[in-house]
Amino acid sequence: MSSLVKNILRFILFILFQVYILDKIRLHQMVTPYIYFMFILWLPFKMKRGWLMLLGFLLGFTLDNFRHHPGFHSAACVLIAYVRPFLINLLIPQEGAETNYEEPSFKSLGGILPYLIYSGVLILLHNSWLFFLEAWQFGNFWYFFVKTILSTAVALMLVLSTELLFSRKQPFRTNTA
Amino acid sequence: MRNIFLFIRRYFNFLLFLTLQGISIFLIISYSNHHYAAFSRVANNVTGQINSRYSSVQHYFYLKRTNDSLLKANELLYNKLKGNFALPDTTTRSYVDSIRIDSILQYRRYTYVGARVVANSVAAPNNFIVLDRGKKAGIKEGMGVVDPNNAVVGIITETTDDYSVVMSLLHKDSHISGKLKKGEETGTLSWDGKEPNLVSLTNIPKSAKISVGDSVITSGFSTTFPKGIMLGRVEGIYKEASSNYYKVKFFTAANFHNLPYAYVIQNAEQDAVNKILEKINKQP
Repeated sequence: MSSLVKNILRFILFILFQVYILDKIRLHQMVTPYIYFMFILWLPFKMKRGWLMLLGFLLGFTLDNFRHHPGFHSAACVLIAYVRPFLINLLIPQEGAETNYEEPSFKSLGGILPYLIYSGVLILLHNSWLFFLEAWQFGNFWYFFVKTILSTAVALMLVLSTELLFSRKQPFRTNTA
Repeated sequence: MRNIFLFIRRYFNFLLFLTLQGISIFLIISYSNHHYAAFSRVANNVTGQINSRYSSVQHYFYLKRTNDSLLKANELLYNKLKGNFALPDTTTRSYVDSIRIDSILQYRRYTYVGARVVANSVAAPNNFIVLDRGKKAGIKEGMGVVDPNNAVVGIITETTDDYSVVMSLLHKDSHISGKLKKGEETGTLSWDGKEPNLVSLTNIPKSAKISVGDSVITSGFSTTFPKGIMLGRVEGIYKEASSNYYKVKFFTAANFHNLPYAYVIQNAEQDAVNKILEKINKQP
């Protein structure tokens, strides 16, 4: 399957899963489970930053339209799409390693810990920016803080279990081939 | 000039980032002022169609609870039937009717239009409900929405041909005027964005005699709802510091977690009243 088709399918599946399964689950008023941003986490390494941000905007905007108040998720997705390349540069085990694999995973980032940091930081950024924009209208700092921490923990668990459930086979590629 | 191009090329990504963030924040702010682009019509039609497919499956799981609530609603209506009441004996009394018949004829002000709930949210800080009837059924922005047991749900904010979006009571911009049934004190409704089904009524004077469990109803001061529709029951009374008012928290009568059907209330006089209000607002 080509990378384009694969990512289009992922986009649709993540949005549908988010809207029709996760949004229907009411865990607690402090916890909003999110998984749809894994689409951005899984985009190929070689994608240009501009395209990353445009895709992030599109993803957030699509989800916003199901929630009938545009802007919130698009802002958060654009932020993590912008930060993603910086993080990858910091975490990648050796220079040029991003050309060996197609997209971020346990293997290509060199273990579970770097991947946890990668997804954890992005989720924390996404949630804090999203809840900040939402809390801005209500103005309650502690509520915002606790909600961000708890939701991030739940999202991280979701991301890990998804990663373990659906193993993505990625061939190792070398520059010489 | 060349430097400007160089600058743009150098910081292209950062500028794109700022632009996209700007667009997002603009969308957030402008939405509350109801300046929503024509694009939303298309988007709502698409999401509406996907939602209605999904909800046609989901409705089966709610059938039992829906039937129970419809039974209750029917019981209420049957009890209001004319046949249940006997006329008083009028033969012993005679009077001359001096008023023209026309002027005492009743006329209809409010019409209820039933609709199915296609999408509903409770957990978000701003909640919306989507109904499967729109402009074609005569639904307009600003109309009130109640649940099958005639308890307030929200106000219509957007309509397309086949769908309409309801701003639910659980939304920070929803300010319906409500009053206490016992003492007739009126106040404004607001939601703090935390617990669903718990809404507060502000600006109740401290002279009011309130107790837990009192009914809160609509005041009838706006064109959206008739007077006396159930809003909820008082949960607690809180003193607002340094003011003469109470803040009354109450449980909503409508159950937002289980809302398969809803009625839209059309007011025949809405346009007339709004026109007068517009005139007043225009005057400096």
